[in-house]
Amino acid sequence: MTDTIDDIGISTTGERRAVVAAPGSTPEQDWVIVARGLKREYDMGGEIVRALRGVDLAIRKNEYVAIMGPSGSGKSTLMNLIGCLDSPNGGEYWLNGMLVSAMSDDQLARVRNKEIGFVFQTFNLLPRATALQNVELPLVYAGISADERKRRATEALDSVQLGPRLHHRPNELSGGQRQRVAIARALVNRPSILLADEPTGNLDSTTSQEIMRVFEELSKQGQTVVMVTHEPDIAAHARRVVVLRDGLVESDERRERFVDRVGIQHATTKVAHD
Amino acid sequence: MNPLEAVRLALETIRTQKLKSAFTLMGVCIGVMFLIAVVSIVNGMGVYLKDDVVGKLIAINSFELRHRPNINMGDTDEATWREYQRRQRLRDYEVPAVVDVLPPGTRYAVMADAPLTMTSPFGGGPRSVRVTGVEGEFFAIKSLEVTSGRLIAPQEYVMGTPVVVIGPDVVKRLFPNLNPLDREVRIKGLPYTVIGVLESQGSAFGMSFDNVAYVPLQAPARRDFNAAPSMIDAVIIQSPSEAELTEVMERVRQVMRVQHQLRPGQNDDFALQTADSALEFWNKLQGYLVLAGVALPAFGLVVGAIVIMNIMLVAVAERTAEIGLRKALGARRRDVLAQFLVEASTLGAVGAIFGVALGVLIAFIMRTATPLPAVVAPWSVVVGVLVGAGVGIISGVYPASRASRLDPIAALRQE
Repeated sequence: MTDTIDDIGISTTGERRAVVAAPGSTPEQDWVIVARGLKREYDMGGEIVRALRGVDLAIRKNEYVAIMGPSGSGKSTLMNLIGCLDSPNGGEYWLNGMLVSAMSDDQLARVRNKEIGFVFQTFNLLPRATALQNVELPLVYAGISADERKRRATEALDSVQLGPRLHHRPNELSGGQRQRVAIARALVNRPSILLADEPTGNLDSTTSQEIMRVFEELSKQGQTVVMVTHEPDIAAHARRVVVLRDGLVESDERRERFVDRVGIQHATTKVAHD
Repeated sequence: MNPLEAVRLALETIRTQKLKSAFTLMGVCIGVMFLIAVVSIVNGMGVYLKDDVVGKLIAINSFELRHRPNINMGDTDEATWREYQRRQRLRDYEVPAVVDVLPPGTRYAVMADAPLTMTSPFGGGPRSVRVTGVEGEFFAIKSLEVTSGRLIAPQEYVMGTPVVVIGPDVVKRLFPNLNPLDREVRIKGLPYTVIGVLESQGSAFGMSFDNVAYVPLQAPARRDFNAAPSMIDAVIIQSPSEAELTEVMERVRQVMRVQHQLRPGQNDDFALQTADSALEFWNKLQGYLVLAGVALPAFGLVVGAIVIMNIMLVAVAERTAEIGLRKALGARRRDVLAQFLVEASTLGAVGAIFGVALGVLIAFIMRTATPLPAVVAPWSVVVGVLVGAGVGIISGVYPASRASRLDPIAALRQE
C-alpha cells in the first residue's frame, strides 16, 4: 500500500479511480470516504435543481482535502452529504466502510455523532453554555457519563490551547477562540473526519492563519480533514484540492499543482516551508 | 440524552428567562394553588365537623338509641320526615330490657332534654337553656368534668333531687361575678340547687356547647321535657371497644324490635345513631366539594397548558439554529423531542411547585384565621405536581414534535 501513497500522504489518482469504479463493493479499510456517482437534486417549486450530478470522490485516512468551487457549484450540497446531514438521490456514499447513503435518520444521527466532527463558519456554539459545556455536547448524545465527558472535553480544550478558558461563555471569547472551541467540540468524540465548512469565513486573516495552523497540526497528528471553502488561499493550506463546478468534479489535484495553476501568491509561513 | 441533563437544561432556560417563565407558569400555578387550597379546606371542614361538632355530640364507640336521628345534615326527604313524625316515642319502661342485653363493660345513660327557661334571683335572666335530665353514666360517657363543685350523686339520681350542674355560659348569665355553688336557680319556676360548674366545651358554627344544664332524670323538670313523663329522648350506649360496637348495636336493635312487636319484613321504627351515621350526609357532600375543588382549577390548568404550548412554540422558533446544531452533533429525533418535552414538563412542574407553596400558604392562613383546621392533603400535593408536569408534557408534545422534525441543514442555515 505504501508505494501508492506519496510522501505527503495523498493517494494516487489511479488508485482513487480504482476504488470509485467498483459500485456496490465495500471499500478497503483505510478509505474513509468513497463517493460513487453521487447525485443530489432539489425540487424548487416544480423546477428540478441538480446540485450534484454524479460526483466521484475517494479520500483516504489522514488526508487533508479542501473542496473548492464558486457558489452554486454544489460544494455545500457535497459537504452536507459527506457530513451525513443529507442523503443523496443517487449514487453511493461509503463512510468508514459503512454505506451511509442507505441509512435512516436515526442511524445518520449516530454516524454524525461518532464519525464526523463539524466546524462551521459561524462557529455555532450554544450562547448560554460555557466552552466546556459546548464541547461536552457531542458526548452527551453519545451517552457518556458526566465525569468522563468533563475529562474528555477538558482534554480537547487543552489541545487547542483553551485550557484556561473552560468556563467562559462564547461572548467572552474572541472569534479565533470561539472557532477553537468549535474545533475542540468537533474533535472530542474522536471522529474519523473533521469536516469544516468555511472555517475562516468569519475571521480576519491573522486569526484565519491561526486556525489553519491548528488544522495543519491536527493533520500532522493523523486526523483526516475535509474543508469546504471558496477562498483559494485557504484551500491552498490543504494537501489536496478538489474543485467542483456545476455539480461535477472539475479538478482533483495536489496542493502544489493547484497553486501553480491558479497562481496564488502565498506569504504564509506554513506554505513557505512545506 | 440523559433525562437529568434535559431537566438541568430546562431549569437553566427558566432561570435565564425569569419574567417570561413567570408568566408561563402562572396558569399552572393558580390551578394547582386552588386544587391544594380547596382540598385542604374541604378536608378541614370534614375534620371540624367530625371532631368539633359530631365528636362532641356523640362520644367515641358510642351510639344513641332514639326514635329518630337528631343530627340531620339536610339529607332527609319529605316522606322520611313524615315517617319520623309518626314514630312512637321511646319510653322509660323500655330501657330495662335494653340494659339487660348489654354485654359486661358496656356503659349506658338515659336522657331527656328540652330548652327550658332558667332564672336566678342574682342576676340576668330569664334565659333559655338546654336542660337535660340524665341517668346512668352520662357524664362518664360524654367525658364531662366539673371545674368547681361536683357531679350528680347516685342517690340524687334515685331520689330525683332538684340539683343542677350548669355550663359556663349559664354561670356568666345568671350568676355574674358570683360563685354559683349552693345557690338557688329556677328551672321553669321550680327551685334547684347548683352543685357543679362544667368545663367549657367550646362552640361550633357559632353555637355554644356551654349553654347547658344537667339535672337528674327523675327531678321535677322531667314533666317539662316531653309530653308525657315516661317519654325519654335517647339511650346512650358506649361499647368498651370499637370491635364490639356492631354486636352491641345488633343486640339493642333486636330487643327493640321485639318490644315494638315488629315483624321480620318491617323496617325499624327507631334509630341507632352513630358518629358515622350522623356524618353520612357530610361524607357525600365532601365528595362533591372535592370534585368541584378539582374541576374548577382545571380551567386554570387549561389556560396554563395553552400558555406553555405558545411559549414552547416560540422557543422552538427562537432556537432553530440550536436544534440544527444539536442534530448535527448527533441528536436523534427522540433526543430533541425529549429535550423540549422535558422542558415543557419542567415548566409545568415548577409552576405546580409554586402553586403548592401558595396553596399550603392559603391552608395555613385558613387554619390560623378561622376555626377550620385546614390541613393540606399529601395526595393533593402529589396530584398537583403530577398534573402540572402532565399539563407541561401535553402542551409540549406539538412544539417538541415540530422541533424534532426540523431539517438540520435548514435549521443550521438559520441565524
